[in-house]
Amino acid sequence: MTTTATEHAIGAAMPARRRGPAATLHDSWVVAKRNLRRMTRIPEIVVFGLMQPVMFVLLFSYVMGGAIKIPGANSSSHTYIQFLMAGIFAQTVTFAVAGASAGIAEDMTKGLVDRFRSLPMARSAVLAGRTLADLCQTAFTLVVLGLVALLVGWRIHDGVLKALGAFGLLLLLGYAFSWIGALIGLSVRSPEAATSAGLIWLFPLTFVSNAFVPVTSMPGWLQGVAYWNPFSATVQACRDLFGNQVGPVDSAWPMQHAALVSVLWSVVITAVFSWLSVRKYRSAAG
Amino acid sequence: MAPAIQAENLVKTFGDVRALDGVSLDVPEGTVLGLLGPNGAGKTTTVRVLTTLLRPDSGRAVVAGVDVLEHPDRVRSLIGLSGQYAAVDEYLTGFENLTMVGELYQMSARAAKARALELLEWFNLTEAKNRTAKTYSGGMRRRLDLAAALVVRPPVMFLDEPTTGLDPRNRLALWEVIETLVEQGTTLLLTTQYLEEADRLAHDIAVVDHGRVIARGTADQLKAQIGGERIELVVHEPGEIADAVAALSRYALGEPTVERNTRKITVPVSGGARVLADAIRELDGRGVEIDDIGLRRPTLDDVFLTLTGHVAETAEENGAEADVRGPEEQQAVAAGKGQ
Repeated sequence: MTTTATEHAIGAAMPARRRGPAATLHDSWVVAKRNLRRMTRIPEIVVFGLMQPVMFVLLFSYVMGGAIKIPGANSSSHTYIQFLMAGIFAQTVTFAVAGASAGIAEDMTKGLVDRFRSLPMARSAVLAGRTLADLCQTAFTLVVLGLVALLVGWRIHDGVLKALGAFGLLLLLGYAFSWIGALIGLSVRSPEAATSAGLIWLFPLTFVSNAFVPVTSMPGWLQGVAYWNPFSATVQACRDLFGNQVGPVDSAWPMQHAALVSVLWSVVITAVFSWLSVRKYRSAAG
Repeated sequence: MAPAIQAENLVKTFGDVRALDGVSLDVPEGTVLGLLGPNGAGKTTTVRVLTTLLRPDSGRAVVAGVDVLEHPDRVRSLIGLSGQYAAVDEYLTGFENLTMVGELYQMSARAAKARALELLEWFNLTEAKNRTAKTYSGGMRRRLDLAAALVVRPPVMFLDEPTTGLDPRNRLALWEVIETLVEQGTTLLLTTQYLEEADRLAHDIAVVDHGRVIARGTADQLKAQIGGERIELVVHEPGEIADAVAALSRYALGEPTVERNTRKITVPVSGGARVLADAIRELDGRGVEIDDIGLRRPTLDDVFLTLTGHVAETAEENGAEADVRGPEEQQAVAAGKGQ
C-alpha cells in the first residue's frame, strides 16, 4: 500500500449517471456476464443440466417408445422419436426455472445482493441479468440436445428456417419460464428450497400436455387442460415447424393456431412475472 | 457546514421488535463516527437505512446533501458500503469482481478495468487478481470487499463491522487503509463491537443500545463523563510506600489505595499528563525509587458497561483483555485489599 498507489487509487472521478432503457440494458448485460462466468467456473451445473434431457431422450425413445401409440402412424420407436423431440425440447427449456430460482435464491442469501442494491444500477438488472444468462445456457443445451437427437434418428423435415423458428419459440418459452423461476427464487430465500420449488410443479405441467403422449388418449376433462397448457402450444408449434407432426393435428383451437398461442403465452408470462419479480426485488431484503 | 450524514428520529420495527427506536445522529464532513453497541443494538439496521437498503417506518435521513428516502438512486452514486460479511462473488476473480462493480457504476469497460487494477495494487491483491475469490483468505476477501466499495471514490462511506473476525494483523492493515481514506477527506460511518477500534479510528462515538443512541461524544469525553482518572505506581521497596503516599498527597482527589504485597499505590487525580509529570518530579525529589508508574484512564469498556449496564459481547472473544469492571468497582476492590 504505497503512497503512489494510494494517490492513484484516490484519483478516480465519479462517472456521469446515464438513465433510461439503455442503462437498464447495459446493467443487465453486466450482470448476465457475471452469471455466465460463474457457469464456466461451475461447469457441473451446465453438465448436469444437459444430462437430464439426454437421458430422457434415450429412455423415452428406446424404453417407452415401442409401447406408446401415436394415432395415424405405424407404431415404431423410430416414429416415436419424431413425436417425442418437440416435447423433450420444450421440457428442457422450462427447466430453466430451476436454474433461475436457485441462482436468485443463492444471491439473496449472500451479501452480494446488498452490494447490488447499494449501487446506482437499474433495479431490474440483477433479475434481467440472471434470465439473460439462463437464456444463453438454454440455447447451448438445445444445440447439444439437438445433436444427440439427430444421432438417435430425429430429423427435421421442413427446412432449416422453419426449424430455427421452432428454436426461437422454445427460447422465448424458456425465457418466460426463467422469470417464473426468478419470482420463486425471491420468495423462498434458500437455494435448496428454490431448486425443489422450481421443479415440482413442472412435472404435472409438462406431463398434462401433448409432449409425451397424444392428448386424445387422456380423459375428456383433462384434454381441455392439456390443450390450453402453454407448454402444449409450444410443443405443437415445434412439431409443425420441424415437420414432425405424425397424423393430423388435433382440432382444438390452440393446437390449430399453435405458434400464435405459444408466442402469446410466452409474452404474457414474461410480462406478468417480470413485473411481479422486480416489484418483489425492490421490497425484498427489507 | 452541513453534516455529510444526518439522521433524524429513525424508527424501524420488524414485527414486535423495535430495531430502531428514534435514532438521530450527524456526521460532519470529513470525520469518522463510530457506532458502538452490542449485537442487535440497531447498528446494522441504521446502516441499512442510510445506504437505501431499508426504508424506515418514520424519520428522515440525508446523506451528502441528498434525501435518502426521496432520491435513493442519487444517494447510491455518492456512497460506498462494505458490509459485515464480504459481499463479493466467490466464483469471480478479484479483478472480475472489481471490474463488474465499476461497470455497474456506469464506467466504461476500459476505465473499470484500469480502476480495478489500481485498487488491487493498493490492497495488495495484485498477485491474486486472477484467482477466484473462493480461494482468498478471510482478510483478502475483506480487502476485496472494501476495494469494491471504493471503486468510484465515494465521498461518504459506510463500514459495517469491517474487521469482525479478522486476525490482529489483518485488522491493523485494514485500519491503516481506513485512516488513509479519512486523511483524504472521506466521511465515514463505522459500526463496531471493538471498543479499541472505535477508540483508534473514530473522531466521535455514538453508543447505541436497544435502537437508541444512549451517549455521544469523543472517546475522551465519554471516558471523562464517567470519571476515574488515576495514577498507579509501583515502588521498588515496601519501605518507600509511606514516602510515596506523602509525595502524592497534594495531587490526590481522594484516599490513595495501597496494595502492600505488590507495592502498588493508586491515587485518584485529575489533570492528565501534567499531574503525572509533576508527581514523578516530586517522587524523584524525595528519592523514591519507582518500578512502574502510569496514568490510567477508564477504557471504553468501562464506558460501555456503565452506559449500557452490560458488557460488550466481544470482551471474551478478545481474549478477555478488556477489564469488564467499572472504575468505581475496581477502586473499591483495591481499597478493600489495602486495609
